[in-house]
Amino acid sequence: MRNFLIRRALYAIPTLIGISIITFAIARLSPGDPIRLFTFGIKDFTQDDYLRLLHAYGLDKPIPLQYVDWLSNAVRLNFGESLIYHREAGTMILERLPNTLQLAVTALMLQLIIGVPLGVVAALRRGSWADGAIRVFGVAGHAVPAFWLGQVLIILFAIGLRWLPSQGMLTVGKDQLDLMDRLKHILLPAFVLALVGIANYSRILRTETLDVLGQDYIRTAHAKGLRERVVVYVHALRNSLIPVVTALGGILATLVGGALVIEQVFSWPGIGQFTFQAAIAKDYPIVQAGVMIASTLLVVSYVLRDLTYAIVDPRIKVA
Amino acid sequence: MATAAATAGGVIVPAEARPSRSLWDNAWYKLRRDRLTIAASVTLVLLALLSILAPVFADNVFHYKFEQQDLFHTYEKPSFDPPAYLLGTDEVGRSQVVRLLFGGQVSLFVGFVAALVNFLVGVPVGLAAGYFRGPFDDFINWLITTLNGIPQIYLLLIIAALWQPGPLTLIAIIGLLNWTGITLYCRGQTISLREREYITSAHAIGATHARVIFKHILPNVLPLIFILAAIDVGGIVLLESALSFLGLGILPPTPSWGNMLTGGASYFVRAWWLVVSPGVMIFLTVLCLYLIGDGLRDALDPRLKTHESH
Repeated sequence: MRNFLIRRALYAIPTLIGISIITFAIARLSPGDPIRLFTFGIKDFTQDDYLRLLHAYGLDKPIPLQYVDWLSNAVRLNFGESLIYHREAGTMILERLPNTLQLAVTALMLQLIIGVPLGVVAALRRGSWADGAIRVFGVAGHAVPAFWLGQVLIILFAIGLRWLPSQGMLTVGKDQLDLMDRLKHILLPAFVLALVGIANYSRILRTETLDVLGQDYIRTAHAKGLRERVVVYVHALRNSLIPVVTALGGILATLVGGALVIEQVFSWPGIGQFTFQAAIAKDYPIVQAGVMIASTLLVVSYVLRDLTYAIVDPRIKVA
Repeated sequence: MATAAATAGGVIVPAEARPSRSLWDNAWYKLRRDRLTIAASVTLVLLALLSILAPVFADNVFHYKFEQQDLFHTYEKPSFDPPAYLLGTDEVGRSQVVRLLFGGQVSLFVGFVAALVNFLVGVPVGLAAGYFRGPFDDFINWLITTLNGIPQIYLLLIIAALWQPGPLTLIAIIGLLNWTGITLYCRGQTISLREREYITSAHAIGATHARVIFKHILPNVLPLIFILAAIDVGGIVLLESALSFLGLGILPPTPSWGNMLTGGASYFVRAWWLVVSPGVMIFLTVLCLYLIGDGLRDALDPRLKTHESH
């Protein structure tokens, strides 16, 4: 198992290198010369000064060398100073990372708590109205634009009914550790973020449970005289839960990516919202740090997903 | 003797006289009986027609141009009189229903054309990588893992922030970034097909690579491509709306369902209908496309029959 983990982690390295090349290219492809941008308006700024600055920042080196310089800084989480805030870009992103993780993990919990039972119930009551409703939801949940649903829920619950706050993580001026206050703030964004995954899980679990229920060992369990409940919850469910882990890859991607839009709708102070604002302001160090850290998060969670998969399903070869 | 001969002549029909039915015939047979898919297709065609004929409707039914403003009638509630106020008016008194029709043109155009680009890139790359394997396949594999390692919306919004967005740039960006899923499917399918006996025998009788790929592999990948196409267009319509919502897709005053939502969002306390209607249009379109994708999957994938039978 340790070897499997090491090998899987090594596979992630070329991916991370590829991502770093793209991230680096973002700054290179961006219009505008950074030296000209910084020195704009300075009097008696000569061509000589320009060349010296160019040299000081290493911008006169060939592009591949510049990339190596950038990468060696980036692995130490040094992405340079934000052009707007004049603080370490990497630090600023890392400060906001827990907020995004909080939102994504809550959404993941909601997906598992709501999505999985929905799928199992649909499969067990195949053909009933409940099955029909869950199947419709399974498709419809994918088709709802998340940002739109977020706005409609804000209109409904925050402006209309005044039950829940419309934005932010907590009420300004309230106790930082007020759990109820935090729960109220996270409920809407986490639900909207979770929706696609809930729909996804309900579909996958339905198909999988139907598949498992049709297998020989289930018939054997019935033939042994086991009670229906034992057959379903002990024998069938164990195997039908395996795709919960398999599907995690796509789910994680929608969580990390989707969080950007949701954070924007609900003014959630996470890395997505921050990176987006930086992209609009063309604050490249922040954008690079945000993309690199969000991508690393995704790649690491892919590795963890594969590891969980290997633990859950012994049929996977662990060499 | 005579009766036996008659039976033989009357009942036993030679095998070749039975009309042969291809995968597509079977699929069409099943699709015609799938009421949900039919309903979704009809709805989608209607939505497309409404959008394509938007200028005709604007002139003859609503008597209102999409850019026409009326500052005396801002935030009108939805009403039947006049017909242009069917879905209310926005902050400068433009007719919401007319703008929705025109917005549909942009959203659907971007969705379908970007999906086409996806397929023009994704299918050949997937076929080639799966068929030839080797270094090219390794490279494509690496490229896809890398692109999938970056949360897509991050990549899109940064690129969109760099270049000035417009319908054509947006199509180029989405088309050139969104092909990885299609390539993965095509590649996987090709890899499993190239080891089959009928491919080996095609090689044995001297078929060229091109012939094997286009005559023997592509037709087997095609059903999958149709399923993916419907889902892909739906995903792109959603993506376009999200990008336009973030201000990086189609820019106003050109209406698209996404940027109409952003516009409406600023006024949703005064005029909730401006938020609800574009969202419903996006939802309906994407829902229809996904339902069609599901219906095609049921009709075209013979392996799914086992799921339905027990």
